[in-house]
Amino acid sequence: MAVRVQTEDFNVAAEVEALTAGRTDIGAIVTFTGRVRSNEGQLAAMTLEHYPGMTEAELSRIEAEARERWPLQASLIVHRVGELVPGDDIVLVVTASAHRQAAFEAAGFLMDYLKTRAPFWKKEVSAAGDSVWVEAREGDESAAKRWS
Amino acid sequence: MKLLYFAWVREKVGRGAEEIELPADVATVADVIGWLKTRGPEFDAAFARPELVRAAIDKVHVKASAAVAGAREIAFFPPVTGG
Repeated sequence: MAVRVQTEDFNVAAEVEALTAGRTDIGAIVTFTGRVRSNEGQLAAMTLEHYPGMTEAELSRIEAEARERWPLQASLIVHRVGELVPGDDIVLVVTASAHRQAAFEAAGFLMDYLKTRAPFWKKEVSAAGDSVWVEAREGDESAAKRWS
Repeated sequence: MKLLYFAWVREKVGRGAEEIELPADVATVADVIGWLKTRGPEFDAAFARPELVRAAIDKVHVKASAAVAGAREIAFFPPVTGG
């Protein structure tokens, strides 16, 4: 169980290998990778800001909640910050369990809660050069509520 | 006490962090916002619509009604948009 905030990219296969090496009790691994979309060429870049210290604490709280709800053998959240361009990875969630249902559900829960609780903010730069802070989506809030 | 500002709240107030001493009658997060708004037009602009601003005390999300007594650090920021 681990959370990381970093500027550098991550390698999904290497992260899964490191998380599950030597384990023989894991029957299901789910990975979710979130990426920067160009939005049909309208987005040139984005900057991700966060609240150092609170981000890690909040991600750990979310992860602990997932492990209370589902029998997870291992879990990992990696979130990038700084300058990103379309095609770049933003976030990785890995959940490992004995059976698939817990791994699938826990991964969905971690992403839904991360999006509504973890203190990250995106600022987008359009192809025309304008920059604007992304507004929170009501859909993310209702996605998180389905777990309560 | 340390105040922190993030994203567009930080841009509007023109700083990311500051050390302040709160007046004795400032009891809640909402009171802090009300007091900040008296400090200048940049704070008035940042907190013009306080319902758009979220807060954390010592790195834990709190509501506007939360008491600030004993807080080491209060942060103000927009609704989060990570993931």
